[in-house]
Amino acid sequence: MKADPKGVLTGVHFLDGDHAACEGAIAAGCRFVAGYPITPSTEVVERFAARIPTVGGLFIQMEDEIASSIAIQGAVWGGKKVMSVTSGPGLSLMMEHIGFAVWTETPCVWVDVQRCGPSTGLPTQPAQQDMQQIKWGSHGDYEIIAISPNSPQECFDLMIKAFNLAETYRCPVFFMMDEVVGHMTERVEIPSADKIEITPRKYTKKKPGEFTLYATTEDDLVPEMVKAGDGYKIHTTGLTHDERGYPAMTIQAQEKMMSRLINKIRQNAHKLVDVRMDSCEGADVVVVSYGITSRIAHAAIDEARANGLKVGHARLVICWPFPEKLFAELAVKVKAFVFPELNMGQMVRELDRAVAGKAKVISVPHAGGTVHEPKIILDAIVEATR
Amino acid sequence: MTQDNNNYADVKNPLMDVLRHDRMPHIWCPGCGIGTSLNCFARALEGCGLNLDKVAIVSGIGCTGRTAGYINLDSFHTTHGRAIPFATGLKLSNPELNVVVYSGDGDLFAIGGNHFFHAARRNMDLLVICVNNYTYGMTGGQVAPTTPLGPTQTTMPYGNFENSFNLPFIADACGATYVARWTAYHVKQLAKSMQEGLLKKGFRFIEVMCPCPTLYSRRNKLGDGVDQMLYYKEKSTIKNEANTKEVELSYQGDIIVGKFVDRERPTWLDSMNNHLSKALGDSFSPYGTNGGNHGQD
Repeated sequence: MKADPKGVLTGVHFLDGDHAACEGAIAAGCRFVAGYPITPSTEVVERFAARIPTVGGLFIQMEDEIASSIAIQGAVWGGKKVMSVTSGPGLSLMMEHIGFAVWTETPCVWVDVQRCGPSTGLPTQPAQQDMQQIKWGSHGDYEIIAISPNSPQECFDLMIKAFNLAETYRCPVFFMMDEVVGHMTERVEIPSADKIEITPRKYTKKKPGEFTLYATTEDDLVPEMVKAGDGYKIHTTGLTHDERGYPAMTIQAQEKMMSRLINKIRQNAHKLVDVRMDSCEGADVVVVSYGITSRIAHAAIDEARANGLKVGHARLVICWPFPEKLFAELAVKVKAFVFPELNMGQMVRELDRAVAGKAKVISVPHAGGTVHEPKIILDAIVEATR
Repeated sequence: MTQDNNNYADVKNPLMDVLRHDRMPHIWCPGCGIGTSLNCFARALEGCGLNLDKVAIVSGIGCTGRTAGYINLDSFHTTHGRAIPFATGLKLSNPELNVVVYSGDGDLFAIGGNHFFHAARRNMDLLVICVNNYTYGMTGGQVAPTTPLGPTQTTMPYGNFENSFNLPFIADACGATYVARWTAYHVKQLAKSMQEGLLKKGFRFIEVMCPCPTLYSRRNKLGDGVDQMLYYKEKSTIKNEANTKEVELSYQGDIIVGKFVDRERPTWLDSMNNHLSKALGDSFSPYGTNGGNHGQD
C-alpha cells in the first residue's frame, strides 16, 4: 500500500538526521511514540511531539526508557505502528524488552543515535559502540534486523524500510544512527506519498474462533496478527508458549519456538542483504564500513585509488543479519578487508567469521568521540596491499 | 439451571465464558487468595454490562502475574514490573479499550513502583488491581515492599526490619480517582468494588489482601488459608472514605477496608485533547474520539 499523505512532508528540506528520521517514521505510518529524553537522540521525539497531533497519533514522554520500550509494545497490540528512540544508556535499560518483542513477535522500530560509552561516556559525541549490544544484549538467543544510515536523506529513506521490515518479519528493527548522522544537516528530499511503498500489518482475515495467534506454515514462518478489541480474546506472554500463545513449559515447546523465531530471519537472510558495493570486482582490498564511518572511508579510498591502488568499498546498510555469504564469496577474490568502526572492533568479528581465514581482515578501531582521520584508514589500506 | 433435574450435562458455570477453562487447572496453591480475587473479578466482569471484546487485561510477573492467562479477554502477560507502561501503550493506542492491570505487590510496587506513581500522576485511564500477599510467592517467599515489620521472609531470615508501603496512601497521594482496599474474605464487597472500578474513568486502584499459606503463613506459623481468612474476618473494619494516611497495615494487626477515594479528574487523554484543541484549533482533531481508529494499522 501507499503512504498516508497526511503524514508526508513532500518537498525538499534542509534537515538534520534526527529530524529526517522522525519524518521517515511518520511517512512510514508511525502513529505512536513513547520516549525519554537522551542526547543525542532527543530531537527525534521533540519533532514527533510537535508534528503528530495534527497528523493523528500521539507521543508520550514516559518516566524512563524501560517504560518507553514496553509502552510501544502495548501500542502495537492496540493497533499502531510504533517506535522508541534512545541512545546508549537508555538502550542499556531497554534490553529486557528487546527479548519481549522478539518472543511475542511484536513489530517495532528502535532508534539508537549512538554516542560514546560505556556508562555516561561522552554524551554529545559519536560512536558506533552499540552494534553488538543490540544483537546480544537481551538474554537468550534471538535474531533482529539492524539498519545503519549515513546521511539525513538515508535517515528518511531507510526509516521507511525499517518500518516495513518490522511488519514483514514481526521482530524489533534497530535503526542505528550515530551522533554525527543525527546532528548533521543536509538536503533531504521527501517524495510524494504515492511514491512511498508501505508494508501493512499482517492482519488475519480469519474470524475469532478460527484464528490461532502463533500458527504458521512451513512456507511462511511469520504468523498473522490481530489487535486487542477485535473479539479474538488473545493471550500472549513472554513465557515460552504454544501456537495459541498459552504458556508451554516444555523442552519441546522451547525448541519449536526458538527454531521458528531464529529461522524466520535466518532463512530469509538472503532477502535481507543490503550492501552498497563500489568497485569490489577486481579489487585487491575492500574497505567495509557502515554509518558515518562509510563517509570517512570514502576520503581514504579516493586517495588510495589516486595512488594507483585497487580498492573497493562495501557499505553495510543492513548490519544484522550480517551478510556472511556475500563476504565469504568475496574473501576468495581479494587480498584483504579493512574495517574501520567507531568502536574497538565489533562488526569486524562477524566479518572475520565470514572470511574464515581466506583473506586478511584488518580492523581499524576507534575509541569514539569523533570520526576517524582518513589517513588512519588510508594507512590500513596501504598495509593491506602489502 | 436445566428444568430436567436428571440431566446435569448442560448445567453451566456462570463464569465459564469469562474464564479460560482450557487453561485450568491454575497454578495457585490451595488456600491462596489470588483465585478468590479472580473469581470476584470474573463476577464483576460478568455483571458490568461492558462489551467484553473491548476489555483487556495486562499482568506482570509473579503468582498474580498469571491472572491474565486465566481470564478470557485480550490478555497480556508482560515483563516484571512493566504491566502499567504496557497497559499505558495499549490504552493510548486504542482508547476504546477498557484496560485492567492485574498484578502483585512486588511487581507493582518494587520493580514497577516508578510506573505506578507516574501513571497515577498522569491519571492514565487504567484500573489497577493489586493482590497484596506481603511476599514474593513465585520465587519462594522473599521480603516485599509490603511486608510488615516483624515476620520472617527468606531474605529477612531474622524477621523483617524494613518499613512497608501503605498502598492506598500512595495511590491517593499520586492522584488516583478511585482507591479501595478489601481482603479475600470480603468477596461481595470486592466484586462490587471491582465492578465500580471497571465503570469509572481515570487511574483506579484496588488493593486486595490475600493469604499466601505456602510461604508467608507457613514460615510465620500463621496457619493455613482459612486461618488467614479468619484473621481478615476478625480484624477488618469497613471504613469508607477513611483518611488513607490512617489505613497503614501492621503484622496481623487491625485492617481498615473500604472505598477510601472516589473523585473525578480529567484523564491524560482528555487533558491532551482539551489542551491541544485550544492550542492548535481546527488543525487538531481530538484523538481517540472515533473509536481509536487513527492512522494506519
